[in-house]
Amino acid sequence: MVGVFGFAMLIQYFVPHPLGRVLYGRVLEWMQVIFAAGLVLGGATYAMSHLRTVSGRREGWIYSLLALAALTLMLAAGLIGGIDRGTLFLWLFNNLQAPLQQTVFSLLAFFVASAAYRGFRARNIDAALLLIVALVVMLGRIPIGEMTGPFLPDLARWLVDVPAVAAKRGILIGIGLGSVAVALRVMLGIERAWLGGRR
Amino acid sequence: MSDAGIWLAAIGTLAIFSFLYRDNPAYRAAEQILVGLSVGYLVVITVRTTLVPKVALPILDGDPWGIVAAVWVLLMWTRVSTRAGWLSRLPLAVIVGAGAGLSIPAMLKARVLSQLGAVIRPEIDVNAVVGAIGVLATLSYFYFTRPPTGAFRVAARTGTWFLMVFFGATFGYTIMSRLSLLIGRTEFLLGDWLGLL
Repeated sequence: MVGVFGFAMLIQYFVPHPLGRVLYGRVLEWMQVIFAAGLVLGGATYAMSHLRTVSGRREGWIYSLLALAALTLMLAAGLIGGIDRGTLFLWLFNNLQAPLQQTVFSLLAFFVASAAYRGFRARNIDAALLLIVALVVMLGRIPIGEMTGPFLPDLARWLVDVPAVAAKRGILIGIGLGSVAVALRVMLGIERAWLGGRR
Repeated sequence: MSDAGIWLAAIGTLAIFSFLYRDNPAYRAAEQILVGLSVGYLVVITVRTTLVPKVALPILDGDPWGIVAAVWVLLMWTRVSTRAGWLSRLPLAVIVGAGAGLSIPAMLKARVLSQLGAVIRPEIDVNAVVGAIGVLATLSYFYFTRPPTGAFRVAARTGTWFLMVFFGATFGYTIMSRLSLLIGRTEFLLGDWLGLL
C-alpha cells in the first residue's frame, strides 16, 4: 500500500492529467482526515492515561485531575459552545492558554541564559566564533547597538544574511537529499520502522 | 481582557514564574492545566475544521466519499483495540506512502533546486562568493563517505566555521525572542494587572 500510494503521488506530479489532479486532491483530503483521527486518538489516549492515574489514586493524581478538568472544560466549551468570537472557548484561550504558553516560553529566557554561560565559554575557535556572532547579532538588533554607530547593526545584518544563510542552505540541501533517500527507502519497503515493533 | 481574565492570566503567569525559585505545586498545577487546555484546543479545532466538514457533513449530504473518509477514521481508531489494532496500519500506510511520494518532488524543488538556484547567481560580488563557498564548505562537512584529508579536510573545517556562525546567529535570535516574551509578560503583570505602567 505504501508503494502504491507513494508511486501514485510521485507519478501524478509529473503527469498533468485531470485524473491525477482528482487523485491528488482526494488523497490529500484522506491524509488530512487520517491526521485528524490520529490527533483525536492522541487526545483520548491522554485522557485515558490521566483517568487511570486518578482512579488508581497514584502519585500526583490531583494534577491529573486538574489536567482532566482543563481538557473537559475546553472540549465542552469548543464542541458545544462553538469557537467563534465571544465564546467561552476563545475566552479560555485568550485568558488562560495563551498567557500560560507565553510565560512558559519566556521562562526559557532564564534557562537559555544559563546555558549560554556554560556553552559560550571561548574554549576553542569554534566556541569563540559562536560567542562573537551571537553577541554581535544581539547587540546589532537592540537600540544600544545602534547608538554605537552603523557598524554593529550592519555587521549583524551581513552575518545573518550571508554566512549564516550559506550554512543554512548547505543544511537544507543535505536535508532535502536525505529526505528523498528516506522517501525512496520507505516506498520500496526497505525502511519499515513506521510499522512499529520489530522490523 | 476582562477583569476576571486579567486575574486568571496573572495568577497563571505567577504560578509558572514560581518555577524560577524551584519546582512547586503551583507550577505543576499550572503546567497540567496548560497541557489539558492545549490538548482540548487542538482536538476541538481538529474536529470542527476537519472531521466535521470532511467526514460528518459529506455523510449527511449522502456523499459516498464521506463514507470512505469515515472508514479511514474508524480504521485509525482501531488502534485502541488489542485484537483489531493491526488495522490502524492501513491508514498509516496511506499517510506514510503518499507522504513519501509527495515529499520527493517537493523536497527536491524547495530544499535542493531552489537553494542551489539562489547560490548560483548571474551577478558575482563578494557576498555571492562567500555564499557559494559557505554552501560548498557546509556540504563538505556533512559528507561522510570518505575520511576528511587534504583539501577536503580544509573545506570541512571551513564548513564548521560557517556552521558556527549560523548557530551563533540562531542562538542570538532565540535569546532575543525569549527575552521579548519575558518583557511582554512583565509588562502584562506591571501594566494590565497592577496598573503600575
